[in-house]
Parts: sequence; structure tokens; C-alpha cells
Amino acid sequence: MSDATADPRMAGARAAPKSRMRLSWSDPTFRSIIWQVVIVGIVVAIAWYLVSNTNRNLAARHIATGFAFLARTAGIPIGESLIPYNPAEDTYGRALIIGVLNTLKVAVVGVVLATILGTLIGIGRLSRNWLMARLTGFYVETIRDIPLLLQLLFWYTILQGLPAPRQSLHIGSAVFLSNRGMKLPLLIWQPADTWALIAFLVGLAGTVIWNRHARAKQDETGVRPRVWPVALGLLIVLPLAVWAVLGAPLTIELPVLRGFNFQGGGTISPEYFALLLGLVIYTAGYIAEIVRSGIQAVPLGQWEAAGALGLRPGQILRRIVLPQALRVIIPPMTSQYLNLTKNSSLAVAIGFQDIVSIANTTLNQTGQAIEGIAVIMAVYLTISLSISLFMNWYNAHIALVER
Amino acid sequence: MSHAANNAPTVAPGTGTHNQAAIVLDKVNKWYGALHVLRDVSMIVGEKEKVVVCGPSGSGKSTMIRCINRLEVHQQGRIIVDGTELTDDIRALDTIRREVGMVFQSFNLFPHLTILENCTLAPIWVRKTPKAEAEELAMNYLQRVKIPEQAQKYPGQLSGGQQQRVAIARALCMKPKIMLFDEPTSALDPEMIKEVLDTMIELADSGMTMVCVTHEMGFARQVADRVVFMDRGEIVESGTPTRMFEDPQTDRLKLFLSQILRGH
Amino acid sequence: MSQTAVAATTRSTAVVERPPPGVLGPLAWLKSNLFSTWLSTAVTLALGYVIVRIVIGFVDWAFVNAIWHVPYNAQGVPDTSVCQNAKGDGACWAVIVDKYRLILFGRYPYAEQWRPAICVLLFIGLYVVSAMRRFWRKELVLIWIATLAVIGALMWGGILGLEPVSEDNWGGLPITLILATFGLAFAFPLAILVALGRRSTKLPAVKTLCVVYVELIRGVPLISVLFMASVMFPLFMPPGINVNKLLRAQIAFILFAAAYLAEVVRGGLQALPKGQGEAADALGLSYWKKTAFIILPQALRLVIPPLVNTFIGFFKDTSLVLIIGIFDLLTMGKVALSDPPWQSFSTEVYIALAIVYICFCFAMSRYSRGLERELGRAHRR
Repeated sequence: MSDATADPRMAGARAAPKSRMRLSWSDPTFRSIIWQVVIVGIVVAIAWYLVSNTNRNLAARHIATGFAFLARTAGIPIGESLIPYNPAEDTYGRALIIGVLNTLKVAVVGVVLATILGTLIGIGRLSRNWLMARLTGFYVETIRDIPLLLQLLFWYTILQGLPAPRQSLHIGSAVFLSNRGMKLPLLIWQPADTWALIAFLVGLAGTVIWNRHARAKQDETGVRPRVWPVALGLLIVLPLAVWAVLGAPLTIELPVLRGFNFQGGGTISPEYFALLLGLVIYTAGYIAEIVRSGIQAVPLGQWEAAGALGLRPGQILRRIVLPQALRVIIPPMTSQYLNLTKNSSLAVAIGFQDIVSIANTTLNQTGQAIEGIAVIMAVYLTISLSISLFMNWYNAHIALVER
Repeated sequence: MSHAANNAPTVAPGTGTHNQAAIVLDKVNKWYGALHVLRDVSMIVGEKEKVVVCGPSGSGKSTMIRCINRLEVHQQGRIIVDGTELTDDIRALDTIRREVGMVFQSFNLFPHLTILENCTLAPIWVRKTPKAEAEELAMNYLQRVKIPEQAQKYPGQLSGGQQQRVAIARALCMKPKIMLFDEPTSALDPEMIKEVLDTMIELADSGMTMVCVTHEMGFARQVADRVVFMDRGEIVESGTPTRMFEDPQTDRLKLFLSQILRGH
Repeated sequence: MSQTAVAATTRSTAVVERPPPGVLGPLAWLKSNLFSTWLSTAVTLALGYVIVRIVIGFVDWAFVNAIWHVPYNAQGVPDTSVCQNAKGDGACWAVIVDKYRLILFGRYPYAEQWRPAICVLLFIGLYVVSAMRRFWRKELVLIWIATLAVIGALMWGGILGLEPVSEDNWGGLPITLILATFGLAFAFPLAILVALGRRSTKLPAVKTLCVVYVELIRGVPLISVLFMASVMFPLFMPPGINVNKLLRAQIAFILFAAAYLAEVVRGGLQALPKGQGEAADALGLSYWKKTAFIILPQALRLVIPPLVNTFIGFFKDTSLVLIIGIFDLLTMGKVALSDPPWQSFSTEVYIALAIVYICFCFAMSRYSRGLERELGRAHRR
């Protein structure tokens, strides 16, 4: 753009005159100030009224205010938690943190699985095979017509209808499915595993470096050395070799039936499983539509022009279509991720103890409803604001440059 | 009224030597569902020959030209491009698409890549050209279409005429033997048509084999060795531009010319 | 290799139309859509097998082996042993036959259940009328007000000789429809105000208020808003005033819906070309006249499909009142299942509920898509 000082229209220009506000109704600035004062005043008055009522009611019922309860012993039994918890000793604060961790546990895994399933179904919608296209279309239509809560209750009922642990469905003697959840073999972490993990990270770094080298080679000579054999070697063979050299220890704790339930091994509770299943299936329906419309949003001319230049379908997809499709897909996709996280609050209906469930129990026990709800809202607002910020950054960063 | 105007068994006369045919269409038929859009279309385009295809909308001229690089698939007949026959064979298709460049009515530049990247993408990934060489080649052609200074800009920042010239340069970077143009100026504002036509004239003068679907009759007169008139899916008449415009033989061509040449 | 360079000039106009070779006809369709490549064939066979198995299994369970009636003993208690024995093989639709009035109408007095039934029909009629484009006039607002008033009168009673029924006894499908429809009716004007406020450049304080409201509500789950309503509203009221439970939930829905609808309306306002507002200004219209007569009618027309989609979402969201103890359709389903003889037949009840929801939501989403197509066509012309 032209330099302002070089613009001949600026030579000899004067500063614009300041406008002064007149204290009269016909002055727009005066009017707008009055309107704002009035409206904000009404809102503040209503808020004041509500707050004073609340204070009076709270005092009448002898309910405390403030967050002192966070340091008190909770006494809430919590079925599953990622960090150690003792109902007899640990505080409300700790219980709430466990709630947040549980919510994240569902949200993160749910987002990953829903994206995978949704993308596959979305691509299936575009398939040339009529049966595949219709079937995925039927899935997407129907899933979005049934309330999520109904779907969650349905899956929970199915999981509760599974046989008792003594008659579980099983794969070999490693995986068991019963109405007490799914039992999996648990890998007991050994030092050799740590070394293998380090080797994997080293391999990851090595793959990135090799990728760069391949690109430099291609820029130079036009021929791109193969990346995938090297990646395979670094990411799989190397860690395995390190692990084997250190003695190949494989300590797996298998779930063993003792009495009426299993001991040992890892557990996926039926509540978690039902919640995850319901959320993933429901959200995947929406993600499928987003992926489908994103890919269809790329004009046919782009496919044709790239094909006319001689690019292969795989190359066209990777270099031309997907970059453009992702621009259309990612904004609504992050909105769906946020929806999945918010929908995980339905856990309270099937007994999975996420933040809403634990905060609800807390506010019932302490009587401090306002603080309890404030905690719930604060948690979700933090999550949603982070996602919004990311979205804004992404949109600004990736926007197509136009004049 | 049938006149045996151009039933000559060999390639129609034109400028330059035509030892080998660049494109051969032999009784090509195509249907969209039940709609018969190409009917027994037969045509030979020789090397270095410039052919302009014209006709009313719906005549099948775009379809025919898109069949040549298999953006559309023909159901009957044979298409042979630069000695290779167009079939379902992917390798044949790859070979043909390398030698045939195409310029579209809606430019179809890749909006997320710079102009330079638009031009170097195919040489790097298809012809496996080293990057520096590809960029030099691209700058060369951008120079030829007279917009080298836009190399680092994005398509969204350019005018329609500039975008179409970039599209021509992009196609030329693959060093094709044949260039196809599908109504290249139809989507442009009038003041930008001239710059694109000038580029195409310069390309024609340099000896490229060109098949061009266009309404620009002035361009046809100046550049074309042969004008082919299509209507309702078949080739109705063809001949030199002078002969076609001044002495149309068929009623359909007369009607078409009267519709587009009013005021010329 | 062709000898002729160019096709002959004119053909006789009586050229015979040739049909395409094997491109039409059912066999050709099968070939191109189901068996075009090896992968496609494999997929067709695999999916076909799975679908046939599932469909046959489902038809067996849901119809062939299903049990529609169970015997009752002298006290009117059903004997569901037949159903128990058939569990897994046949569906026990007897639970629906026995409980359908409870699920549909809740604890509304048995003899008066014709009233909520008529209300359901009135709601459906209201939706249908609103959907037809010839009714998109100002009179539609009057139709809505009148219909909602009649529904209120029917449900509450106490006038025209109708027996009064307190809202604590309402339940089932009418509650779902009431929450959704009244929610939409009140949220829509609020949403328009909030959307206008958010776009206001002259009143930054109002804009901030609207932004805070919308982002706050959209950032938290509906459950927390429902909790807030059911737990905090009693605290907000001066002592002595009791806010009915249903009303609390309704207000929560209205606040929630208004935030989402405001965003949709804002999208419409943004999509409207600026020239419309400028032309209205040039004509000398005041802000409110301009907004009411020029801007809003066009902006709202632009976003009717997303509005319908948002409404479908709310319709489903009404099921969340299960968690705060209000007896909508889903809650009544669970209540029906708490009856000991029927406790193990949740699958049947859930399927029946799903069918009801699908009927409403599918119809609405079909309508929205048809509308999108129609409006798109009109714009393109």
C-alpha cells in the first residue's frame, strides 16, 4: 500500500475538527450515553434486587457463603479417579479436581474417537458405492434425530444387561466384558519400557529430521527419497530392538476372577464406557456431515485443474483438496468438540462422576448452591474460551489471502 | 442440403507441416445418461496446428475438448493423443496429461498457494524437477505472460485477467506439446480480455499446437489454421477462418454467425 | 484409423437417435453403483450380508416373536412371566400397551386426558401452519398467541367448566412440546433484541452486555443452566414467593435458547447486504422503523433453515429435564420402567420413545432441508 506521507492529498492537510457534545436530545452522542445509562441502570437494579434477596434467603436458611468448604473433608465416594482419593480424608477441593479430571478423561478420548469415526463416515457418505453412501446417510440422519440423553440411557441399559462377571464374555483369558465393566490386561511398567519409550521419542525426532532431509533432497534433485521405510524403522524397529536388548520383559497383569468379581488388570467402568460410546456415536454423526460438506466445498474445478496438470489422485487430495477442505472443516469441527465436552455433563444421569456430578453432590451436601454452580460454570467457561481463542488464532492464521 | 465441402480424406490444409497427428478423434460418442452429447465426432489435429472450435451453447464443444484429457469419459470411439490411445489405463492417462495442458474458463488457480507455487507444483511433483530449476522455469513463463512481479502474491490478490495469464503460465510450465483452452475469456471483464488474447496469440506464434473453444472470432481470424463449427453434438462444418466466416455453407453455421457477428 | 479428417457437412435431419450402449437400465445401474470396482464389490457384499442379518434379526425380535399382551390377575397387576421368558427372543411391546397413557400424558387425571391430547394436536397444527410459506405474515404472531392461550386454558382448566389441573400433574409429551414451543416463542423476541444489541455500534455498554450474556450461556452446558434455574431461582425470589418448578425450567430454557438463537439471527443480520440499511437510512427511516420493516424481515428469511435446525436441537434438549425432576416424555418413560413388573424391558420403552422423537425431528429436518433448497433456488434466480 502506498506510504501515507507520499500521498499528494495529504500535503497541506489539517487535522479533523473535534466535535463537541451538546447537552441536548438531538445530539446522537448524548442520546447514546443516556440510553446506555438507562439500560445498564435497569440491569444493575435487577441484579441488585436479586442479590439482596439471595443474601436474605441464605441468611434465613443459615447457609454459609464463600469457598471455605473446599478445605473440608468431603466424604463423597468416588467410583473412579485418575489420582489417589480417600473419601475419609480428602477435601471437597480434591474431589472437584477429580471431577474435572474425569470430565477431561471422557472429553479427550471422546474427541479423538469421534473424529476418527466421524471422518470415516463422512468419507463413506461421498462413496460411489450406493449402499455405503445410503447406509452412512441413514446413520447420520437417525443419530441426529434422537436426544443424546436417550441414547446414553439406552447404551447404559445394554451394558448393564451384560452377564455377571462370572459369566462374562471374553477374548481368551485377557479381555472380559460383563455388567461390571470391561477388564483389560494391564501392562506393568518396567524400566526397559521407559527406555523403549525414549527410543520411540528419539525415533520420532529422527523421522522429522529425515523428512526434512527428504524435502531438501527433493528440492535439489527432484527425486524424493523414500520416507516411510525409514519412519517404520525408527518408530517401530528401534524401540522394539532397545526393549529386546534390555531383556524383553513383558509383565502383564491379567484380570483374574476371584469370587464375584475380577482382581487385577485394568478396568473400564460401564458408566465410562456407556458415556464414551454414546458421546462418540452421537458426535460422529455431526462430524461426518462437517467432513462431507467440507470436502464438497472444494470446487470441482480444483480437482480438474490438478488432474489436468498430471497430478495423481493421492497428490491432488494431499496438496490441493485437503488444505482447502480443512479450512472449511476445522471451525465447525472445534465447535463440535466443545459440544462433546459440554454434553459429557450428562454423565450425571448415568452415574459417571464428572465435574457436574461431583459438584452437584457437593452443593447438596453443603447447601452452597451458588458456589457449586459457579464452579461448574467456571470449569466449562475455561474450556470453551480456550477453544474459542484457538479458533480465532487458527482462522486468522490460515485465512486465504485476498485483496 | 448437403454439400461435400470438406470431405477431403486428409488433414485439412493449414499452415506449417503436419507430418504426425497430435490429436485424433475417431467417431467419438458420449452420452450423459440418455442425452447424446457427442455424435460420431471425428477430427484430426496436426502438430503445430491451431484449431478454434465454436458453436452455440450445448453443442458439445466443451465436452469434446474435455474428453481429450479425460476430464470427461467417452463411451464409444477412439481418442489418440500424441500417439497414445486414451483408455482406462492409468499409465496412458498419466502420459497424456503430461503432454496436454489445459486452461479453464474459471481459471482454477489453487488459492492457498502463491503464484510461483501454483506454477512449480506440477513440475516438482509430476516431472520431478528440482525446486530451483522449477522456479526458474516458472519465472521464465511468468515473464512471458508479463506478470513476473506477482510471483509471491496469492491468486485472491490478482485481477481476473492476471489470474488467467497465470493459469496459462502454470500449464506451460509442464512443457506440454498441446494446449487446450476451454472458453478462456468468457469469465473475464471486457477490459481484461485483450491481455489474455495477446498472450494466446504470442503462444500461437511460437508454434504450440492449440485447440481453443472460444467465441472470440477476431482471435480466430488472426490465429486459427482451422475453425470447426459444432452444433448439437456433431461437427457440422469446418474450414479456414476466412472461408468459414465469409462463405458459410450450412444453414446452421449461417444462423450462428448471424447471431454472434451482429455489429462486427 | 479414420480416413476422413472432418465429418461430413450436413447430415439428414432424420438421423436415428442411438441409445447409449448398456449405460441405462437396472443392470447398468447396479454395475456402476454397487459393483464398479473390486473394492466396491467387496464392500457391497460385506455390508449387504451384515444388513440382511441385522434386519432379519430385528424383524424377528420386534414383530415375529414379539408379545403384545400379557394376562392380568384379579388385582389388575400384569403377569409378565411370558415376557420374561421371551427376553432376548421377542420384544415385550406389552409394556407400551400397558403404559402408553402414562408415558404420553404423565399423571394427568385419567378422565381428562383428552385435553392434553388435543393440546398435542394443536401444537402439531401450529408447527404445520408456521411451516407453510403462505402464512409468513404478521398474522402468524396472532395465530401463535391465540393457540398458546388455548393450550394454556386446556391444560390448566378452571374455566369453561373444565376441571382445574395443577401443573405438578402435567407430564409426558405435552411437557416436551410446551417447553420447546413456549421456549421458542419467548426466546425469539429476546434473541432478536440481543442480536441487534450485539451489532450496535452506538451503544457499547449494551453491546458488551449482550456479548457477555451470549458467550456465558453458550460456554456452559444446558444442565448447569437448568441447575441454576432449579436451585438458584428460589434464592432470587423474596421470601414467600414460590416459583413453580416447571416455570423455573421454562425460564432456563428461554434464557438458553435465546443465546443460541441470537447467534443465528446475528448471522442473518451480517449476511444482509449493507446497502439495504443504507437505502433505508437514505429514505429517512428511524432506527426502529428501519429494523422492523427492512432489516429484520430479510435477515430472518435468510436464516430460517438454521433456525429450524436450532429448534430441532432444543426439542431434543428438553429431555434433559429428567435430571431436575420434571416429567417430560423421556422422564415418564423411566417412571414407567420403575414399575416392578416392567423393570427389565427398558429397551422396548426406549425404542418407542426414540420413534416418537424421530417422527418429530425427522419431519422438521426434512422441512428445513426442503426450505433451504427452495430459498436457495429463489436467490439464484
